[in-house]
Amino acid sequence: MQPTSHDFKANAHRALGDKNLQRAMGMMRTGFPEKRAMAIARMPEFDALRDDGIAIKQQVLKHLDFYLETFEKNVIATGGQVHWCRNAQEARETVLALCRALDAKTVTKGKSMVSEEIALNDFLEANGVVPVETDLGEYIVQIRHETPSHIIAPAVHLVKEQVAESFRATHTQFPHDRNLDEPRTLCDEARTVLREKFLAADVGITGANFLIAETGSSIIVTNEGNGDLTQILPRAHIVLASIEKVVPTLEDAATLLRLLARSATGQEFSTYTTISTGPRRETDTDGPGQYHVVLIDNGRTALLGGEFEDMLRCIRCAACLNHCPVYGAVGGHAYGWVYSGPMGAVLTPTLIGIEEAGHLPNASTFCGRCESVCPMRIPLPRMMRAWRAREFAKKLGPKTARWGLAIWAYAAKRPALYRTMSAMASRVLGLLGRARGRFRSLPLASGWTDMRDMPAPEGKSFMTLWAEQQKKAAR
Amino acid sequence: MSGGRDQILGSIRAGLGRGRLDAATEATLTESLKAHRRNLVPARAAALDHAGQIALFIAMAEEVDATIARVADTDAVPAAVADYLTGQNLPARLVMTPDPQLDPIPWNNRPMLEIRRGRAEDGDAVGVTACFAAIAETGTLMLLSGPDSPTRNNFLPDTHVVVLRASQVVAAYEEGWDRLRAKGAMPRTVNFITGPSRTGDIEQRLVLGAHGPRRLHIVLIDDAGA
Amino acid sequence: MAEPVRVALFVTCLVDLFRPTVGFAAIKLLEDAGCTVTVPTAQTCCGQPAYNSGDREDAKAIARQVVAAFADFDYVVVPSGSCGGMIKAHYPLLLAEEPAVADDAKALAARTFELISFLVDVLKRPDIAARYDGVATYHDACSGLRELGIKDQPRHLLAQVSGLTLKEMTTPEVCCGFGGTFCVKYPEISDKMVTDKAVDIAATGADTLLCGDMGCLLNMAGKLARLGSGIRVRHVAEVLAGMTDDVAPIGHVAPDKA
Ligand code: SF4
Repeated sequence: MQPTSHDFKANAHRALGDKNLQRAMGMMRTGFPEKRAMAIARMPEFDALRDDGIAIKQQVLKHLDFYLETFEKNVIATGGQVHWCRNAQEARETVLALCRALDAKTVTKGKSMVSEEIALNDFLEANGVVPVETDLGEYIVQIRHETPSHIIAPAVHLVKEQVAESFRATHTQFPHDRNLDEPRTLCDEARTVLREKFLAADVGITGANFLIAETGSSIIVTNEGNGDLTQILPRAHIVLASIEKVVPTLEDAATLLRLLARSATGQEFSTYTTISTGPRRETDTDGPGQYHVVLIDNGRTALLGGEFEDMLRCIRCAACLNHCPVYGAVGGHAYGWVYSGPMGAVLTPTLIGIEEAGHLPNASTFCGRCESVCPMRIPLPRMMRAWRAREFAKKLGPKTARWGLAIWAYAAKRPALYRTMSAMASRVLGLLGRARGRFRSLPLASGWTDMRDMPAPEGKSFMTLWAEQQKKAAR
Repeated sequence: MSGGRDQILGSIRAGLGRGRLDAATEATLTESLKAHRRNLVPARAAALDHAGQIALFIAMAEEVDATIARVADTDAVPAAVADYLTGQNLPARLVMTPDPQLDPIPWNNRPMLEIRRGRAEDGDAVGVTACFAAIAETGTLMLLSGPDSPTRNNFLPDTHVVVLRASQVVAAYEEGWDRLRAKGAMPRTVNFITGPSRTGDIEQRLVLGAHGPRRLHIVLIDDAGA
Repeated sequence: MAEPVRVALFVTCLVDLFRPTVGFAAIKLLEDAGCTVTVPTAQTCCGQPAYNSGDREDAKAIARQVVAAFADFDYVVVPSGSCGGMIKAHYPLLLAEEPAVADDAKALAARTFELISFLVDVLKRPDIAARYDGVATYHDACSGLRELGIKDQPRHLLAQVSGLTLKEMTTPEVCCGFGGTFCVKYPEISDKMVTDKAVDIAATGADTLLCGDMGCLLNMAGKLARLGSGIRVRHVAEVLAGMTDDVAPIGHVAPDKA
């Protein structure tokens, strides 16, 4: 996927003017937070679970090599294979080679963000393997030639009329005038279409929410059951997982699963949590004949030991997106690459560079809601600030902003000069704004006054008044 | 890409500022994997007695749109299944896993039920399976794959009927793991199932039966003296 | 109290420039509660504009200046959760690697409080004698809420103001879209956020909007005015100190001066 993160402002402008998107985002802004709050209110131990979850991930990161090697050993012991890929290209080629070895024509896919990250679909398609996304939201964005706008709700930016339109255009086997008014009928149609794909697929590809070192298993969580039909019906199950997904034991996974569903959708538990270990056993009557885990680094190891290491704790629950007012205003596509919202603002620059993605960590008010809801207590604002510091050090921001800041800082470091300037500004603006108490426009402040009035100062700065008062009192 | 493995492990170690872990540390870590100590387990289910756990299981499962029929013993299961299917206007034709857990049930008492034992195929409307355990904390069923319990039977039929025994209800996932380990090696697939399939992907409006079963019905046999 | 509590007021740059009444309201509230208040002259701003723009060096220089100027008081009180949070939560991080001031920064952080939480949590809820006739809604400014845990404190105090009823928004905790330089760097997004906020405010039916942070207040007052709303916008300290007759609502002029 060609990033458009550098165009964030233009993307955001378009999103703000898109009526459908705004309607859809309006529904999401209230829905997710309310459900999460209710789920957490029912789990008094939630904060203690967070502490345990963080400790698990910290333990993993500290010994990541050990847990990955152990995981690999146990995958092999149960008859599966592990493929280590340093970057996106290696991962794509590994998957293609596996598909070719199986002479695969079509692959079904469970939702996987790392698959988006390595841009697998386009690559498979270009090489004669047809990928079919099976998560309903992901399927919708696939037939619309879009990308997911949210890490767990890929089509959250769409309204049902848009889905209906795409179904009519794509599912030409059905009568054109059929009723597609409601999510129910849309879902039923997708179910029918995709059921055939499940049955016909040669290979099933899923992501992994967790990998279990102890058992060599992968875990996926879905509500639809698509991830299950994807992996049990075809001849091979390929799991795509970035390296930080490994956790030590099933017990550890249980703790993280308790955090995941509640943080993500406000569910007590997702409908389907599936633990897959190796290929089908000899006496089994179904299940994949092969089990491959494609372990992907793609920039993760570079985060270890650095100021963004905490990001590797992320369990991709999307709570930070769901609670972010900026994400809620513009949706995920504005961020211009795979990951959006606060987690994307931190992660994207690590993966595609701060030069491309510089806007993302800047487009935040630091309201802190993301960090407050993050089950892994990842200090997202702190890390966005760290990106801004790197940008500043590289002199990447707009020049005018840098000069403005430099002038302001010069004064702010000199209290006497600052007092004089503040007193003057207060006086001048106070006088000019005396009649109405506010300005409808102000030179150099159009960023503010295009949208809102600028309240006028009272007329004298606090420091001036204070000094006057002190003098009076001394007399 | 065999170099990938060593390079990735190498950059992990470089990032962590150390070399390969020494044997003693690795041994400690291996021990702690073997110990698989529990983290915090919420009190919600763990603090209850078994009858309380069963009640909680039922309440939680119903909350996520599963339906439950409680029966006194094995003998009552066929009627419960038949009644459910009639009540839902579903055909009395079903595919049932060859699971020996289902063998003691006197299915012949209900000759109207047309039963095929084996693997579910596309088009099977109703599937009946046993299960391995049930988790009270969230109303979750735990099913294992095996020669007599193909996983596809949990997903292909539109209606999934699960025969559960009260003695299989445990408080938390952790107890499920314990029972699983006691049983032996990991099966290919462990399914935790909490209610019927669903999606909220269109306007976040809940629709049941996205790809998996539209209905999940649990026949709970009170065998625990609970 | 044998010895009066010696408090230094950190005025904040926005109060200094736009709304000195807030500073005097803070002084009144503190003095009424038995404190002696000093205003160190070597203060400008807490340094957030630099800090949040990634300019670490200037942010540190300003932080060092604040640490020095506010060293000799029992407490430092700030009529803003944002600037208070900067000193309390961020100075210790920012100056952690400067051995000469790291400890002083930590000590300052421990002694620094946002005004309203200081009154309630440290001085243990002094009595509020003010009167304000109106229906108010209260916006929880982000830094105060999430960095300093300010949520119930202003509501406790407002409950003592005679004549005032509080009506909550549906989402009082959602950001108003100010965000310091954010509002001018991403004006369209900021506008969307403050517009949503204005809708939420209006839906309460309140005639007054209160909040403890000047940045948010200027933003919301500016938007409400642009939308032609007559809602009066004030810093919560003005109401608690009974000083609403001293100055017109933010962005307005007193009727006799208009
Ligand atoms: S950063 Fe935190 S809140 Fe955001 S997706 Fe990751 S774990 Fe969830």
